[in-house]
Amino acid sequence: MLAQHRLSFLETIQLDRAIDNHRTEPDQKIPKIRLAVLASATVDHLAPSIRVAGLRRRLLFDLHVGPYGQYRQQLLEPESSLQRFNPQIVLFSLSARELVATVPVNATADEAETAVHRHAEGLRLLWQRAREAFRSTVVQQTFLNVADPLFGSYDRLAGGAPSRMIARLNERVAEAAREDGILLLDVARASERGGLDVWFDVTRWLQAKMEIAPQAAPLYGDLLVRVIAAQRGLAKKCLVLDLDNTLWGGVIGDDGLEGIVLGEGTGTGEAHLALQRYAKQLRDRGVILAVCSKNEPAAAEAAFRQHPEMLLKRSDFATFVANWDDKAANLRRIAEQLNIGMESLVFVDDNPAERARIRESLPMVAVPEMPADPAYYVRCLADAGYFESVAFTAEDSRRAEQYSANASRDAFLESSQTMDEFLKGLEMSVNFGPFQKVDLARIAQLIGKTNQFNPTTRRHSLDDVARFMAVDGSLTLQFRLVDRFGDNGLVSAMILLPDPSFSDVMEIDTWVMSCRVFGRQLEREAMNIAVDAARQMGVRTLRADYIPTPKNDVVSSLYPSLGFRPSQKVDFNGGSTTWVLHLSEYYPHSTYIARRPGAA
Amino acid sequence: MSEHEIVNKLTEILRDLLADDSIVLTMETRRPEVAGWDSFAYVNFIVAVETEFGVKFKVAEVESFENVGAIVRRIGAIYATR
Repeated sequence: MLAQHRLSFLETIQLDRAIDNHRTEPDQKIPKIRLAVLASATVDHLAPSIRVAGLRRRLLFDLHVGPYGQYRQQLLEPESSLQRFNPQIVLFSLSARELVATVPVNATADEAETAVHRHAEGLRLLWQRAREAFRSTVVQQTFLNVADPLFGSYDRLAGGAPSRMIARLNERVAEAAREDGILLLDVARASERGGLDVWFDVTRWLQAKMEIAPQAAPLYGDLLVRVIAAQRGLAKKCLVLDLDNTLWGGVIGDDGLEGIVLGEGTGTGEAHLALQRYAKQLRDRGVILAVCSKNEPAAAEAAFRQHPEMLLKRSDFATFVANWDDKAANLRRIAEQLNIGMESLVFVDDNPAERARIRESLPMVAVPEMPADPAYYVRCLADAGYFESVAFTAEDSRRAEQYSANASRDAFLESSQTMDEFLKGLEMSVNFGPFQKVDLARIAQLIGKTNQFNPTTRRHSLDDVARFMAVDGSLTLQFRLVDRFGDNGLVSAMILLPDPSFSDVMEIDTWVMSCRVFGRQLEREAMNIAVDAARQMGVRTLRADYIPTPKNDVVSSLYPSLGFRPSQKVDFNGGSTTWVLHLSEYYPHSTYIARRPGAA
Repeated sequence: MSEHEIVNKLTEILRDLLADDSIVLTMETRRPEVAGWDSFAYVNFIVAVETEFGVKFKVAEVESFENVGAIVRRIGAIYATR
């Protein structure tokens, strides 16, 4: 219930304290994240909201709120409380007032631009400092545009108008964030949607130097945690849609193709069309679409083929479940078919009874409380932020295509008599090579999001990955799997680091593989390739850890299956195991995957 | 709403905020007399009171409320004009 309800400021404070009182034993299952908030205004009142929002996504925060306005000293002084705290995430929550105060309103556009540029460069130094000192993820809050109109509409044209300066600063900071690979917390955009009066209350500013109003604190916490959760691969992956009275008005089985309400001409028809358009946009940015509907399958499918106003096509859905079974059972089926966790699903249904049923039986599935009026469907779905993202890669834009290719593969699998016949018939090949600069964002995304095929679950940022590439004696490998049904994309990555004590030993620090290509022998061919590359570097032994998590059981016997032997070193506490492979004992596994060395 | 009712409501809000059910406010209570009612908690308290009563105090008022009674009288005065 907590996950659905928007809390007030006071409720958040109470809840935060209640949780704190009940948490006598550290909860092992929930990872605790050290987050430092460096601010030029008062932010203490945001802390309860950040912690409560974290719990909603099963993230436990240990917060460090720096003394008001002392973020520079905190970062630079070697003995500061921030240094001792050693944050994993540093959030810069700054006001644009410092910038505005330095530029006279009669400044020319060039002068204003120079000041904006200088200010942004100053921020970049802070980001860099935070990264160097702590290897932390950096989050920069955009600047609330609290400036009052000065010239009026002409503000957008006047060089030194405060509101224009803040707008320019936000643009410049966004560019710098892209270049430097840091994360943005876009409160400026949120304040345009919710209204500046919700976000900024001048009396709180005057009384306590709060730039974010207490009323906005719960929403602020939620927005921040969405970004952090997205970076950790906890965003939702699949939108499951009901059909009748959701994707169109009316009931296809009763009203027929001509009777359902969809498309231009009526407000209701356009509202349903708007939801279809939004779903299509989500699909185009990498969200998987699925249908879960109580309907005759033939009638449901025909609606997509025959209705002239239908924007979504049958082929836009990676899986299409229309039957009379219980929806909870169908959602399980959908997750299984797509090989994703139930917690990756968002279930959109106009029927309160169906929603209640899913919430009760499958609490890990996100179920937005859809408004009674379809006009607000898109707004409700969008504002919930389920599909928050911190990157948009070529893999994302091809994902839908890849899932429909999967449907063809599944059909081929069913028509194949044996697994061997299927694998052979796929005509697979693997492109591989060291990490390529252009692919780093995808590699970081894969490392951040992969929970199943991930023996160590070490989350490395883009920075970390770039650093590993530069380590002397390290080996990085990326793999792209292609078959007769299409390109599966960059689906696996491996980072091997040299042992500090033995020059002929390497450790597999990280190995991740997308669940889309499980069962295709790629892990075997990848190991063949890794062993060849390691041999060329003079390596004689590979070492690898398996650190169990609730989600990576699929790789619990990966290393023994590839020929590794258990090492003496056993960690009895966490159940971790260490595995060793002597390369002289390794014989390549036979697979149906042809090798294509070169840029993957 | 009587002054008595307003005091009770303020007591309830402060108890929730500071998680201390032993707090009893009177018209004469001053901030330093209540453990934990520091300047940070005071801002949170004002936010909660404004939300709960649907009122908005002037900055100068918030800075000059000398005791609980002053807040109660101000809320009463705002209500009287409605």
